[in-house]
Amino acid sequence: MEEQVQAKNKFVVPIGPQHPALKEPGHFEFTVDGEIVVGATVRLGYAHRGIEKGCEDRNWAQGMYLVERVCGICSHIHAMTFALGAEKLANVTAPPRAQAIRLLVGELERIHSHMLWLGVQAHEGGFDTLFMYTWRDRETVMDLLEMLTGNRVNYSANVLGGVKCDVTDPIASEILKGMDFLEQRARYYLDIVSTDETFLGRTRDVGTMTKEQALRIGAIGPTGRASGLERDVRLNAPYAGYVDFPIKVVTEQGGDLLARTLVRVKELFESIRLIREVLDKLPPGEISVRMPRRVPEGAVVSRVEAPRGEVLYYMKSAGSDKPERIKIRTPSICNWATVMATAVGHKLADMPMLLAGIDPCFSCSDRSVKIVRRDDEQYMTWEALRQYGNGFYR
Amino acid sequence: MEGNFERTLIDGLNTWARTNSPWAIHYNSGSCNGCDIEILATLTPRYDIERLGIKLQGSPRHADVLICTGPVSRQSRDRLVRIYEQMPDPKFVVAVGSCAISGGAFRGLYNIMGGIDEVIPVNVFIPGCPPRPEAIIYGVVQLLETLKK
Ligand code: SF4
Repeated sequence: MEEQVQAKNKFVVPIGPQHPALKEPGHFEFTVDGEIVVGATVRLGYAHRGIEKGCEDRNWAQGMYLVERVCGICSHIHAMTFALGAEKLANVTAPPRAQAIRLLVGELERIHSHMLWLGVQAHEGGFDTLFMYTWRDRETVMDLLEMLTGNRVNYSANVLGGVKCDVTDPIASEILKGMDFLEQRARYYLDIVSTDETFLGRTRDVGTMTKEQALRIGAIGPTGRASGLERDVRLNAPYAGYVDFPIKVVTEQGGDLLARTLVRVKELFESIRLIREVLDKLPPGEISVRMPRRVPEGAVVSRVEAPRGEVLYYMKSAGSDKPERIKIRTPSICNWATVMATAVGHKLADMPMLLAGIDPCFSCSDRSVKIVRRDDEQYMTWEALRQYGNGFYR
Repeated sequence: MEGNFERTLIDGLNTWARTNSPWAIHYNSGSCNGCDIEILATLTPRYDIERLGIKLQGSPRHADVLICTGPVSRQSRDRLVRIYEQMPDPKFVVAVGSCAISGGAFRGLYNIMGGIDEVIPVNVFIPGCPPRPEAIIYGVVQLLETLKK
């Protein structure tokens, strides 16, 4: 009761869904006491489209183009997770060259995503010069992706059973040239984010999350690694090319915004190293194999490390040319809780940076959830659930 | 007679100001954010749309042009209409991406209403998934050209 009275004296600041800071829709409510945030809630769902359901009426090949559009920033990751899962179900293995090219595009994408993030983070902190610098340099990697796959975003590099684009010698040398430039720029960024007093002032000891907290909340990806959690699917459960080209996990112990920045900038170096290694030892051979139209019955879980953390697909096939069920779990949804937990006690002005600190992706997070109260617990068979779903959305 | 002259003068001045420095606002009504990062890329040094006087603005109340991306999801429909209604007249809408035109890859999904023009009137459509930054700039310039007439 007392809490309620207290809550009444506090002011709630609503932000969004249309807001100048982030480019995607999300609604936040910060309860403030003066300048200090005492509570935070998030309301998602503006970009919910119904992709999981949509996959069920498309065949496997069409579904891949749909899941690629779950998120425009990690489009390759989603298509790769889907393709890897479908291949596992159909007992098809993509040739080694295809796996290496998947890794290559994945790492190029990680560079583009991390640079994008660094720019956005700097922008939220009022450091627009760094924003412009990173986005200018990011065009280098966008050019490389376009040269390799034919599109700047949503590259569709994957097909079921392999990849569609091959790395020729001229392309490889261009990529290497680009990597040299980016490495030099990344060194500059590392220098700036770890020495610039203004940037340090906005990030050091802001939103600190201990390792225990990170474990309890379930933080993943760079957000978790910044708190010392040594988790990376690329190393823990290697897939595609990562079997032959292992990575070194980058961790930081700080747990604050600074650590999250450092992890991402240092991962740029790791990606660059990996890209050089792959191009040096690119396995020869085919880039795709035939994939049957109908995928045999079964279910798999496919996991891939996206720039933001672990992407998990549960895929079920009933033996037809369409998936029976696709369940997508994206990293942003796991990391939301960390923002809500670390926001309390900070100034309202720190919120944009804290929010951007997990590299949130709204189009990934927007799921529809039905909350069933414990006392009217009900069990539904798969068929009944499906019928219910079809009826509900008619 | 005199009133007429003043009106033409003010109209001319308004058009001049509007076409030389339109302020834009961006709303994502359910896109995959591929289009959004390309819009952001048009603001950054390589493409630099600000050299055409176009500025991205935070509040709908200050904006002349609404740049929309993505299909309209049932959740964000009301928001989109609200933002459109908050903008002062005359207002223009640019729909960026195949999704904004027809729903694109998401057409037919249960939570998708279709393209932007199902909900609000659109002046310029820019096709592509996502359109290149050059295409976005071209589309905006087309809009400015029609305004001059
Ligand atoms: S047009 Fe393509 S890139 Fe743009 S929002 Fe739609 S799916 Fe994404």
